Amino acid sequence: MSYFSYAWDWVTTSANWRGSGGIPHQILAHLGYSGLPLLVAALIAVPLGVVIGHTGRGAVFVVNVANAWRAIPTLGLLVLIAVYQWPTLLTWLIPLVVLAIPPILVNVYEGVAGVDPGVKDAAKGMGMTPWQQVIKVEIPIALPLILVGLRTGAIFVIATATIAAYIGLGGLGRFIIDGLANINYNEVAGGALLVVILALLVLGLFSLLSRLLVPAGLRGAGRDNQ
Amino acid sequence: MWSWISSNWSLIWELTKQNAFLGVVPPLIGLAISLPLGVAAARWRWFYPPTLVVVNVLYAIPSLALFVALIAEFGLTDTPVVIGLTVYSLCVILPNVVAGLRGVPASVKQAATAMGYGPLRRLLTVELPLATPVIIAGLRVGVVSSVSLASVGQILGVSSLGYLFVDGEQRSFPTEIYVGLFVVIALAVVCDLVLVGVRRALTPWASGRNRAAGPRPRWVLSAQPATPATPAGGTRS
Repeated sequence: MSYFSYAWDWVTTSANWRGSGGIPHQILAHLGYSGLPLLVAALIAVPLGVVIGHTGRGAVFVVNVANAWRAIPTLGLLVLIAVYQWPTLLTWLIPLVVLAIPPILVNVYEGVAGVDPGVKDAAKGMGMTPWQQVIKVEIPIALPLILVGLRTGAIFVIATATIAAYIGLGGLGRFIIDGLANINYNEVAGGALLVVILALLVLGLFSLLSRLLVPAGLRGAGRDNQ
Repeated sequence: MWSWISSNWSLIWELTKQNAFLGVVPPLIGLAISLPLGVAAARWRWFYPPTLVVVNVLYAIPSLALFVALIAEFGLTDTPVVIGLTVYSLCVILPNVVAGLRGVPASVKQAATAMGYGPLRRLLTVELPLATPVIIAGLRVGVVSSVSLASVGQILGVSSLGYLFVDGEQRSFPTEIYVGLFVVIALAVVCDLVLVGVRRALTPWASGRNRAAGPRPRWVLSAQPATPATPAGGTRS
């Protein structure tokens, strides 16, 4: 268990908790570098996924592109953008948004497209307008999968933001990259431990959210899906 | 660009072989672990939810952090990256094994039992073959992700095509990065196509080209889960 003893030594050293490069500062930075891309990606992918799921138009294209996206190596994309030295916001925000969109888009689409046709007919038969059908019926029923998509997107972004420290981004990945550069393995191990804890806290947050937001009658619907 | 490629051809080839090893072996180990676990989860329903929680937790761990922890334990060899990628592959393959086995219609299983098949023979000759398309769908995701994710190990010094990214970044030499991106994606596509071929060979009845054998039985179609069990879409890192 050498890893945990290194990590624990470093995390419990009080000097590492102070200053502008300290642990609290980098945790906040990591949350910022993950949260903003996730928000932008969600603002793009959730409405788009709902539209595609509701109309069925472009579905095959979107699902195939999203799955092909897996083959793109994150590190390659990040260093490519870094060597061109584009303006800073573009450098880190764009790749993180681009990588967070596919899981959100596909899950939202699957959720909305998978709504039982009988339920949709019933909503229409009750005199709901298409807008009401989407807002009051399809989105609530798709919510477990929408949350799975947002959770997967969040997990991907947190992992990618860690790697983005390699091209100079702040956040918890800094400790891993700087520790490697300074041959300080306690710092590398400690940084890795904090990233894992952060990712697991976000996972827990999403499981809490799904308990709070998913209608009682639908609980368990998303359980068998990743 | 072409002069760089021709003068570094042997380097690119060596890195490609290494990356192919890291991309293919972990999903195969993941499959070997997933099959017994998936069979157990499909048989005993209580076994699956806790397994799925473990899978979700493991899948949430950022790759760089996982590799760091494993390198601290196993040293700077291929082993930590192989173990890490096996873990991620397991997370995408296992749900597909369970979905594939659960998708086998009860009537088919009953028919096999009525014909005198024991539980093991029924599993090996009826249930697993029918679940194969769904299981291979999971394996494809595992292989493509592993090929692409292996490059992250390069930050810590485990050799792969990621060398072209790290070296290209340090020398501010975009050509090298483009070549790396192209070869990684090409390798992933080749591996994916090989698995599609394997699926066609193993399940000729499910292939769209095999129309001569008559229309597909409905239950073959229904073996596909309505929603993919695999975490859908996107690059994990």
